[in-house]
Amino acid sequence: MPSICLYFQVHQPYRLRNYTIFELGNDYFDEARNIEICQRVARKCYLPSNLLMLKLIRKYGGKFRIAYSVTGTLLEQIELYAPEVMASFQKLAATGCVEFLVETYYHSLSFLHSREEFVEQIRLHEETIHRLFGQRPRIFRNTELIYNNDLATAVEQIGDFNAILAEGADHILGYRSPNFLYRPPNSTKLKLLLKNYRLSDDIAFRFSNRDWSEWPVTAERFASWVNAVNGDGYVVNLFMDYETLGEHQWEDTGIFGFMEQLPSEILKHPDNDFKTPSEVVAAYDAVGEFDAPYTISWADIERDLSAWRGNPMQENALHRLYALEQKVKATNDPDILTDWRRLQTSDHFYYMCTKYFADGDVHKYFNHYDSPYEAYINFVTVLDNLNSRCCKALPQEQPASFSVISRDDASPSPV
Amino acid sequence: MKAFMLGWEFPPLISGGLGTACHGLTKAMGGLGVQIAFVLPKAQVSGYTGPVRVLSAEGSVKTEQVGGFEHVSFHEIPSSLRPYVSSAAQEAYAPGRGPFRPGNRRYVRSWHSEDSEQVENYPHDMAQQVRRYASKAVEIATVEEFDIIHAHDWMTYPAGIAVAESTGKPLIVHVHSTECDRSGDNLNQNIYDIERHGMHFASRVVAVSNYTKNIIVNRYGVAPEKVTVVYNGVERDSGGDGSSAYALPDKMEKIVLFLGRITMQKGPEYFLMAAKKVLEKVDNVKFVMAGDGDMTNRMVEFAAYLGIGHKVLFTRFLQGVDVDKAYQMADLYVMPSVSEPFGIAPLEALKHKVPVLVSKTSGIAEVLSHALKVDFWDIDQMANKIVAVLKYPVLSRTLREYGHIEMHKFRWEDAAAEVKGIYEGVLTG
Repeated sequence: MPSICLYFQVHQPYRLRNYTIFELGNDYFDEARNIEICQRVARKCYLPSNLLMLKLIRKYGGKFRIAYSVTGTLLEQIELYAPEVMASFQKLAATGCVEFLVETYYHSLSFLHSREEFVEQIRLHEETIHRLFGQRPRIFRNTELIYNNDLATAVEQIGDFNAILAEGADHILGYRSPNFLYRPPNSTKLKLLLKNYRLSDDIAFRFSNRDWSEWPVTAERFASWVNAVNGDGYVVNLFMDYETLGEHQWEDTGIFGFMEQLPSEILKHPDNDFKTPSEVVAAYDAVGEFDAPYTISWADIERDLSAWRGNPMQENALHRLYALEQKVKATNDPDILTDWRRLQTSDHFYYMCTKYFADGDVHKYFNHYDSPYEAYINFVTVLDNLNSRCCKALPQEQPASFSVISRDDASPSPV
Repeated sequence: MKAFMLGWEFPPLISGGLGTACHGLTKAMGGLGVQIAFVLPKAQVSGYTGPVRVLSAEGSVKTEQVGGFEHVSFHEIPSSLRPYVSSAAQEAYAPGRGPFRPGNRRYVRSWHSEDSEQVENYPHDMAQQVRRYASKAVEIATVEEFDIIHAHDWMTYPAGIAVAESTGKPLIVHVHSTECDRSGDNLNQNIYDIERHGMHFASRVVAVSNYTKNIIVNRYGVAPEKVTVVYNGVERDSGGDGSSAYALPDKMEKIVLFLGRITMQKGPEYFLMAAKKVLEKVDNVKFVMAGDGDMTNRMVEFAAYLGIGHKVLFTRFLQGVDVDKAYQMADLYVMPSVSEPFGIAPLEALKHKVPVLVSKTSGIAEVLSHALKVDFWDIDQMANKIVAVLKYPVLSRTLREYGHIEMHKFRWEDAAAEVKGIYEGVLTG
């Protein structure tokens, strides 16, 4: 001990195109931009990283093991725009050393807004993972590691899963270590794997930061930090975006060399090994309860929902989106349903975040809008068009006559 | 430290942002203990009772402390100038009827016109006024003690240069706007030359934004390291603070406000074209154009031509409480400027808790986050965003509330401290 549990989040949204009130088209998404980004990230991250992982798995004869959660929106896009990435993920799946996790297909915030939609999206993702990679996922991770006690209850009710991944948030753990397994209150079956955010973020965020006192960090040095856990934990959960490799941390930072060295440095210590989340769950018992009455996530310094629900525009956009659910589903129109679901991807709300000043860098990097206001206006304009499509498809539904005087924001005050 | 400051206008006698900026900056610099002698042309109209007493010093030198200003004295030079032309003046001097170049309907400035003495109070005698101002300023300088000269905009650059040459003191020119902003590519060569000479002669140039700094560097050939950006502030004491100080009738319609000079620089025609588009989507909204300028009458005609005359109200020039009322009535303030060096008006709108939409070709767009931004020529986007603000109250609320908070970061105290730092840098060499 300890085990290293390496899990990568792999995701791209369908970005919206610039859509104004003067348009009537149903083509909401910016195909050219989405193709361009998908292929760029494939080139800089997915392909070289998959190749590296495959190489490491072969080199260490099954001792190097990893997990992925690949969202439905990305799987669709690589199937169309970068099929060689799909093939390389399938090769990885065939090694038996790679576990695929399940989440909401559209990387959505549906858990917070519609439990019915939440379950449907999990089912959809499970089926897709099974179809593409031949695995039945047993580990659940929610969008952006959004988690609370209710989520555990909801996931336990679905019944297929053994564990959930969550952020090792200090304010819940207190003096306790994220390097053990925990269980949610009132749960008999589920275990929780908590992200070791210090060691994870050393790679994901600080790796190329020259102001960081530990820069430049070598695989040897990183392994020594992992070894320091020995005797004080079962598992070090390193959870991060896959795009860390080559996209957030560019190739010239040495990130690929670091990853290539890491397994040998970790495995130098005889007590260490690599385990997938399911193997961690099988190997270790939960040591205590992780009580999260309030919602946590892995985002920003707040580790809460404020990146997606931190201002009235975000609340309003989410409220309007999920208020359409019954109407959308009543149309029985697969195109309308797909468009509505693609609008649920959390990125659309992240673009509307006004927390510029503290977390500005990260938020701006992932944002193709000039401002959160542009993001909101574009989103709700598209939503209005979707609404009118629903009304057209449902003759009994007439769009409410539009008056700019009416106070139609039913959203609560800013958090 | 003592500064000899040369300005052209001062509240309440202002036609644009220059007077407001001089007022805010001077007051804050006085507060920092900088001694300032402020030289102004004599105003045409007297009898205002504002916070600043307008002093008369016909031909002679006179200094006096003015209420609310520490360490600041004012000198007035009799002169009748207004840098901008009103719609009435424009009417009287339609192309072909006077000494004005046909085709240049923007600014009627005939620099060395022989007719310049014939019509008083109009800008074509401005050259004479600028010269007169310069010679008077040199006279005043002989009896004032100061360390540094600070000239605001081109009308005072000749005075600044003359005083610098006669006293040997360093000159700083402060660029609140340039001929390139005001006249696009149809430059008045004389004014451009005065601006260029002032910028090159000066020890340092203060620009009100990076947008303006780029113009100074690229269009006037000034070395970038000589130009320092100092953003304007917004004054807290005057005008509304967002609370409704005046009883307004219950509005049945939303109001979108344009407030500023109605001139080419401010992009009034884009505002009307966007209004036309908005009205295709939303009915219960009116567009208010507050201000005056050489394009006012054309805009009245243009609104009629677009078939939206009944939806556009023209208020002509507004002052004092009327400006506050205009802001308070508004649901959105739009500044569609073709070229705006800074843009204090959007900050004034935010002070009144009115959300703002500004053109990207403005200084304020580079520093204000909580504003909608468009290219002035992108009518579809402008209309799209106006509709969004009218239609989605939560958008209006977010822009209003966050913008109001952000507005407070524009402090004249900070601008004054930066200018003081520039003085110190120049004086210590």
